[in-house]
Parts: sequence; C-alpha cells; structure tokens
Amino acid sequence: MRVIAIFKRVLREMLRDKRTLALMFIAPLFILTLMFFLFNTSSDTVAKIGVSNVDTTVVKAIKNKHVKLTHYSAQATAKAKVREDNLAAFIKQKNGKLTVTYQNSQPSDSALVRQALQGGLTKIKVQALAAATQAQKKALQQQAKVLKTLVAQQQKMAAAQGATGAGATQTAPVQSQQTKLKAPTNYSVTSHYLYGSSDSTFFDTFLPILLGFFVFFFVFLISGISLLNERTTGTLTRLLATPIRRGEIITGYLMGYGLFALIQTVITVTFALTVFQIHMIGSVWLILLINFLLALVALSMGIFVSTFANSEFQMMQFIPILVIPQVFFSGLIPVDQMANWLQWIAHIFPLYYGGNALMNVATRGVGFDGIALELGILALFAILFTILNVVGMKRYRRV
Amino acid sequence: MMVANTIEVRDVAKKFGDNPVLKQISLQLPVGQIMGLIGPSGAGKTTLVKSILGMEKVDAGTTTVLGTAMPNRKIMQRIGYMAQSDALYENLTARENIRFFAELMSVPKSQLSTAIDHVAQVVNLTDALDRRVSAYSGGMKRRLSLAIALVQDPELLILDEPTVGIDPELRQQIWAELYQLKAQGKSVLVTTHVMDEAERCDYLMLIREGIALAQGTPQQLEQEYDVKTIEQVFLKAGRLQDESHSDL
Repeated sequence: MRVIAIFKRVLREMLRDKRTLALMFIAPLFILTLMFFLFNTSSDTVAKIGVSNVDTTVVKAIKNKHVKLTHYSAQATAKAKVREDNLAAFIKQKNGKLTVTYQNSQPSDSALVRQALQGGLTKIKVQALAAATQAQKKALQQQAKVLKTLVAQQQKMAAAQGATGAGATQTAPVQSQQTKLKAPTNYSVTSHYLYGSSDSTFFDTFLPILLGFFVFFFVFLISGISLLNERTTGTLTRLLATPIRRGEIITGYLMGYGLFALIQTVITVTFALTVFQIHMIGSVWLILLINFLLALVALSMGIFVSTFANSEFQMMQFIPILVIPQVFFSGLIPVDQMANWLQWIAHIFPLYYGGNALMNVATRGVGFDGIALELGILALFAILFTILNVVGMKRYRRV
Repeated sequence: MMVANTIEVRDVAKKFGDNPVLKQISLQLPVGQIMGLIGPSGAGKTTLVKSILGMEKVDAGTTTVLGTAMPNRKIMQRIGYMAQSDALYENLTARENIRFFAELMSVPKSQLSTAIDHVAQVVNLTDALDRRVSAYSGGMKRRLSLAIALVQDPELLILDEPTVGIDPELRQQIWAELYQLKAQGKSVLVTTHVMDEAERCDYLMLIREGIALAQGTPQQLEQEYDVKTIEQVFLKAGRLQDESHSDL
C-alpha cells in the first residue's frame, strides 16, 4: 500500500506542476511538427543550374522538377556566374565535353544536380540506343521485304518446277527472322519498395526512433530532477524515517512516471498517425511496450545519476554526457555502417536497443518474437539500475 | 513487551571523515519521560538523533529503541520523527502531506481523516489545511512537520528543534501537547537550544563537541554546577570543557 501512496503522490505533484506537464506532453508534438515540415519541404527544393553552350538535347534531358535551368552566353565563366547568381552548378560544353562546376556549399543541392545530370545523360544514351535499334529495325525490315519478294519469286519458280520440298525448307528461316524483329524494345520500369512507399520520407523512418528518444529524454530529466529535489529538500530522508522499504520508493516512482511516459507515447503516436498520416506497419501495442520499457530505463537511470548531482543544474550536465551520445546510436545514423569499435560502443546504450526495436516494428512490421532480445536487454538495463538505486539508498537508512 | 527505557544508547561514536562528531555517548530515555538534548549548533545533536533512528551509520556502540536494536525498519512505525529542516512537498496541500505520511505509517483508512483533523488541531492549522505548503510561512511549516510526526500516534516522539520559528503562544500549546502525550505514557526526545524549553524537560543531556558533558534532571544539573539556571549550567560546562582542553 505504501507503493500506492508514493504512486499517488508522484501523480498529484506532477499534475500540480502544469509547466512540466506541458513540457512532457506538448513539447514532443511541437518538435515533431517542426521536423515534419523541415523534412518534407526539403523534397521540393529546386537547384539552380546555369548552362552555357550546351546542346539542346542535353538540356532537355537534364530538365526535371528539382532543377531550374538558366542559359548563359558561351563566354560566361563558371566560377563568376555561380557566385553572382548563387547557382548550385554551372554546366559548360566544349567540343562535346561537359564541364560541371558545383557550388557545393549545400551538399544536398549538389546531389540534386548530380542526379539530374546523370539521369539526363542516361536518358540520352537510351534514346540513342533506341534510335539505333529503330534504324536497325528499318534496315532489317527492308531486307526482309527483299527476301520475301525473293522467296516469292523462288516459290513461283519452284511451283513452276514442281519441286515443293525445297521451297518449304527455304521459307522457315525467313519467318523466324520476322518474329524476332517484331518485338519492340520498349522497357518500362516498375519499382517496388521493400519498406515504406515511394513517398516515404526521412520523417517516416525517423519517427519511431524520435518517439523513443522523446520518452527517454523527458522521463530521464523529469524523474532525475524530481528525485534530486526529494533529496535536497530532505523529504527522502523523511520518507526513510517511515517503515517504507527502499524498493517501495523506487517502485512507486517507476509506476508514477511510467504512467506519464505511457500517456506521452500514446499522445505522440496518435498525433503522428492521425495528423501526419505516418506509415506504421507494425503493431502500435508493441511500440507502446517498447516505449514503456525505455521509460523504465530512463527513469531508473535518471534516478541513479541524480545521486551524483547536487542541483538541477548539475543534473542538466548529464544531458551532453548521457543523452546526446545515445541519439547517435539510436539508429538515426545507421550503426552497421560505423567503424567496428563504434559499433561496440553502441551496444552499451539503451537507446540503441530501443531504437532498433522501434524501427523494426514501425517500418518492417516485425512481431514480438523479432524484438524479444532487445526488449529483454532493455528490461535488464531497468533492473540493473533499479537494483543500484535500491542499494544506493542505503546511504540514507541502513535497512 | 514492556521495556524500562524507550531509548538506550551505548558508547556511540561517529566520525565524518577525520572529524569526530560523537565521542562515546550514552543515553537512556525512560518510558513516559521527556528528554532534552541541549547544546550549541554543531554539537552533534542531529547526528545523535539520526543514529538513534538508524539513519546514520555509527562507527562504534549500539542503539536500542523500544527494545529493538537499531537500525530496524519496522520500528519506525512506532516513532514520530520531526526533522530539523522541514521536509514537505510544497506542491501539495497540508492535508495531502499529512495524509501521505499517514499512509506510509499504515494509519488505517477509516481513521485517516480523524487523525488528520486531530493533529491539525494540535498544531493550530485546521483553517489552513487545504492550502498549498508553498504558501505557508516558516512557522506554519514547522507546525505541519510536527503534525506529521504525531499523525500515527507514536509511542516515541523524536523532535529535532521543533519550536524554531514558532511564536511563544503556540510554543506553550505545543508543550502542553507534549505533556499530554507524556501523561499517556509516551516518551519524547527533543533537541533544542532554547534554554527555557530545556527547563521543562524531565531529563537533560548537554552535548558539546560530540561529548556528553552532563546528564540529569534540570535541578540536578543546577546543583551540580552550583548555578541557578540551565543557561548558566550550559555556559559553565562549556568553560570547564575549554579549560580541560587547554590543560591537555
């Protein structure tokens, strides 16, 4: 029952503190909205390209909705024009050779230009190829016509001669040649996306990880500071002057802040699903479960590190040390492409497992069995820190 | 089980780093008595109190409370403790604070509201019970802390500087309550550095620099030091201690 008393008190205190409540529930929505627009507008960017003396076929081929072409005179110098008109790139043709000068202050713009250029050049090649085959086809058709008349004449001659057998053997190869020629080389491309769809954005893939991060960050901070306050105001000592068990205090805290973390996750997930129409393949319940476990880890970790802080400000100092590095290993940057030793480091961060599990469920539709290992490791983290907390409280009361 | 002494401290010593805070302190509080721990700030009163509660690890000696060796978690239920600093939840109302600690002390649900009303009345906070603690004055917070210490009707009260910041009238009221508790057979250990309060205790113990300088009833002490008030006992004892220091 003492656990319930602590649980109720945590809830009541939290509900009284409207600002913290707002931070926990509204701040994630604000950040999500911001990120949604940031990532989505980036797909509409247009890179400006200057062209000088470039063949019209090439210009036509390069053109797409992501680039805007401006024509310059043949004398224009690339460097000057790029600077003057803030062009992403400048393309100049000399004797059939294209020289491209990139501004490259925005790598994403350079990428757009490279894409357009590459796409354009392939288009030209394909067109040339098609034209060549077309010409070939015509020539062959003409040949075939000649052959046909030839055959007809021969047949006529054969009929006249009465030797039918020889005639039949001669027609067969000609016919087969004709069927081969009939097939037009009209390749069309159909794309299949393994995960997500053609309009999957950064946002879709990052969202589940972001959700996990929000839960982790806010719960870590709020629970850590809350226990810190309990320590500095003396209420923790006062609590331990009652028959409460040390484990009961920690459990009460886990329940109280766990509930808030759960509500936070439900709000952010619902928001993302309904307002932004995010593609979420896997089960929402699994997402909630992972986030809840992450919250428990954040909670026990926050409480643990708060014992090494003497003020709220010192608690804040743990953010760059303990929270920010976790973002790097949460899956926002692909961990399997990192250096070996970095991959090893990734394994000591709870958010690595959380991010992995969230990504697997949200974008690959993995079920419970697929993420059981990650869930288990998260649970181990939570248990480890909880034990450390319970033992650590011995400082305030020896039993 | 009936025990003669509610608190029994034997040869307790405690160091913070190299700094000795308590040196060989022994103390007995008989059942149904009020004992005062007096001494200047930094004398080790709070450390002694915390050692008795089992919240401070002692380097040597033993403490027994209500016949049980400390530290002991369950015995906490029979002790009402008021800390030196007000440990209250500022975002909650006074009623919620009392209720929370009452729940931790396993006060039965059916008795909760009567218990809360009773202790609020004792410390004269009935009208302010539903106000948030953050709006309380220093004296009100002290009174609320005392109310919390009383809520489970404990056999032993340990009060660390209970009357700091409380006006004389209310102080009278609080002492009246302590006497009433004593009449019910309850024991009280109170630390103070207000000398007129010391005179009201049944037993006194003088602590200075971690050493128990003198113990006894106020009258005994006054006779022993051949002075008229406890304040003078205190000053004289301090002087003698300093002299013996300089002899060494």
